[in-house]
Amino acid sequence: MEMTFDVKSMDFKRAGEAAGKIKKALQLVGMEIDTVRRAVIVAYEAEMNIVIHARQGTLTAKVHPDRLEIEANDEGPGIPDIDLAFQEGYSTAPEHVREMGFGAGMGLPNIKRFSDDLEIESKIDVGTQLKTIIYNQTSGE
Amino acid sequence: MHAEVIYGEEMLDIDVSSGFGCDLISDSLCFSRPDCLLITGLTNVQIVRVADMVEARAIMFVRGKRPGEDVIQLAKENRIPLLVTKRFLFESCGILYQQGLHSS
Repeated sequence: MEMTFDVKSMDFKRAGEAAGKIKKALQLVGMEIDTVRRAVIVAYEAEMNIVIHARQGTLTAKVHPDRLEIEANDEGPGIPDIDLAFQEGYSTAPEHVREMGFGAGMGLPNIKRFSDDLEIESKIDVGTQLKTIIYNQTSGE
Repeated sequence: MHAEVIYGEEMLDIDVSSGFGCDLISDSLCFSRPDCLLITGLTNVQIVRVADMVEARAIMFVRGKRPGEDVIQLAKENRIPLLVTKRFLFESCGILYQQGLHSS
């Protein structure tokens, strides 16, 4: 099973819908509770990164019996320093976004922490591709 | 708590197993547990999305902050009761903890 959702820049009303739909689909196919929990965190943080930082993008979930792949592809400014972006507390979110409770600099660190495998590629002024794998298991985080 | 119910009066007999107090979206998502009460000063729609995703049972807004109609509407769609208290976050958590509500 594979599902892809369009994600729009700065659309805070609809933001989170894609992650919510992914969650319901994973529950329907009977993935482990812990897998669903980790998938929701990864999907939501990836979706919000597109909403906050990119011009537009997509969030994709590919469901396999043993694992789940969550991918976020966006057209946007790209990430100049990926190591810095993974540093807890580092954020480039604008002030009006921080006032909504975002911009704590935990998006990418949380994606890394709650996924089992992560690849990221980013080109300045082009966009960012994020691929994560979450294995369907009860143990772990 | 002297809290006022914004939505979900008929659901006030539900049990919450823990509480989580925070003004950050990411931390609310990562650290709160299913069946918890979310206690927060955030009043935008995203706190309801997070509540739905973590399967929180209710949201209590602190510092007398009232959410807008869009937030109330989304809470209704997801059947998540909303309450508001004039107390601060620390004070709210302290009172509930004293009464036996444990941390998420």
